[in-house]
Amino acid sequence: MKVTPLDRILLLLTCLLAAYQVMVGIDGLENVPTIAYTIAFGVLLVAGLLIIILGFEVLNSRILVMVATIIPLSLSLGLIWEHLALLRIPYLIFAIGAYLTVIITRSITIPVKLSTFILAIVHGVAGLVVFLLPSLLTAQGSANPGFALVGLGGALIGLGGLLLYFLRTGRPIVSKETIMRILPALLFLMTLAFVTGFSLA
Amino acid sequence: MRIFKLVRTKVSSYIPLIKSMQTSLLLSTGLAGFMSAHKHLELNLLVGLAGSLFLAISGSTILNMWYDCDIDTVMNRTHNRPLAKGSVTKQEALWLGVILSVAGVSWAFAINTLYGLVVFAGLFFDVIVYTIWLKRRTSWSIVWGGISGGMPILAGRVLAMSQIDLVGLLLMMAVLFWIPTHILTFNMRYFTDYQAARVPTFPSAYGFEATRAIIALSAIIAAASIGVAGVMIGVQAGALRLMAVLSSGLLLLSFATVFRPSEQVNFSLFKYASIYMLASMILLSL
Repeated sequence: MKVTPLDRILLLLTCLLAAYQVMVGIDGLENVPTIAYTIAFGVLLVAGLLIIILGFEVLNSRILVMVATIIPLSLSLGLIWEHLALLRIPYLIFAIGAYLTVIITRSITIPVKLSTFILAIVHGVAGLVVFLLPSLLTAQGSANPGFALVGLGGALIGLGGLLLYFLRTGRPIVSKETIMRILPALLFLMTLAFVTGFSLA
Repeated sequence: MRIFKLVRTKVSSYIPLIKSMQTSLLLSTGLAGFMSAHKHLELNLLVGLAGSLFLAISGSTILNMWYDCDIDTVMNRTHNRPLAKGSVTKQEALWLGVILSVAGVSWAFAINTLYGLVVFAGLFFDVIVYTIWLKRRTSWSIVWGGISGGMPILAGRVLAMSQIDLVGLLLMMAVLFWIPTHILTFNMRYFTDYQAARVPTFPSAYGFEATRAIIALSAIIAAASIGVAGVMIGVQAGALRLMAVLSSGLLLLSFATVFRPSEQVNFSLFKYASIYMLASMILLSL
C-alpha cells in the first residue's frame, strides 16, 4: 500500500515532535530517564523516517518486533525512574532482561506460543506502566492534569502495537489496508500526546 | 515581452544544470560551517558566503555536466539531462559554468583571501582532479570528489574563524566520509548504468560485498567526526542527543547493508544519508 502525501505530512510531523522531545523536552532530567526517553523517541524518529523513505513495506521487516518493543520498555523505564524511586533498580533489571529475552526468543527457534507469550508479558507490563502510572499520578493530584496525556499516548501505542501484532501473526483485527490508513495518524496523535503530556507534567 | 519570455525559457533550461538538490545540500554545509563558530552574525558576510558558494558550486556542477555529457548520454538515469538530450548546447554550458565559477571564486577572494583559496581548491579538486583527471581512470576518484564535497563546510568555517582549525577539518572529514554512504549506494543501485558508461566504481572494481563494508566503515567515521566536532564546537546537550539518535540510524542502516543486503536497504541508506547530513548541519548551526 502506498504512502499518501497526507501520510507523509503526518509522519514528518511525528518525526519533528520526536526530535523536539529528544532535543528539548527531556532537558534537566537524571541520566537514566534522559537515556530512556532519548532511546524511545529516537526509535520513533528513525522509524518514522524509514516509513517515509521506504513506505509501509518496512513494517514487514523481521526486526520490527524487536524495534517496536524498545519504545514502551524505554518509556516505562523512564517513568518508573522518575516517579517510583523504590522500583527503579528492579524495573531496570526487568527492562534489560525483558528486552534481551525478546531478542533471543525472536532469534532462535522456539515454539511460537512461547515467544508470543513472552512478548505479550513484556508489552503488557510496559504498556500498563505507560498507561496507568501517569493516569494514577494525575488522579492522586501528584502531577499536573496534563500529564495524563502521557497515559493517553500509552493507550494509543498499545492500540497500535496490538493492531500490528495481529497483522504480523496473520490474524488481523481489521484489514491491513485499514491499519495502514490509520497508522500515520495514530503515530502522530500518540507522539503529540506524549510530547504535550511531558511538557505539562 | 518577447525578450522576457526568452530569458525565462533559457533560465528554466539552465536550472537543471546546477542539480539544485545537490547544490542546496552543499550550500547548507557551507552555511553550517559558518554558523558553527557561533559568533555574532554579520549579515553581509552571510550573504557573501551564500552567494559566492552558490555560484562556485553551481559553476563546478555545470562544468562537471559539460565534461561528462558523453557519460550522461549513455546512462539511463541521466540521459534526460539538458546537455545529454540537447536542450542546452555544450558551448552554452561551458560558458555558463566558467562564468559562474569565476564569479563565485572572485567574490570569495574579495571577501577573504583564505576563504577564496578554500573555495578555489574545492572547485579545482572537483572539476580538474575528480572529473577531468580521475573519474574515468580509477574508482578511487571518489576520495577526491569527497574532498571537494567537504570544501564548502571548511570554507564556511574558515570565513567565520579566519583560519583553518581542527573543527573545520573534522567537519570536512565528516562530509568526506559521508559521501561514500551516498555515492557508493548510488553506484550499486545504478551498477549497469555505470558499467555501460565505463565509469570505474567501487562495486565494479572490488565487488558489492567490499563496497558495503566500506560504506559501513565510512558511516562510522562520518558519524564519529560529526559527533566529535559537535562536542568541540560546544553544541547544546539536546542537539548532541539528537545527533546521536540520527547517527545511530545511519550506523544501523550501514550495518544492515553489510549483514542484510537488499535493494530496499541500499535505497533507504541513500535517502537517509541525505536527511542525516542536512539535519546534522542544522544541529551544528544551533
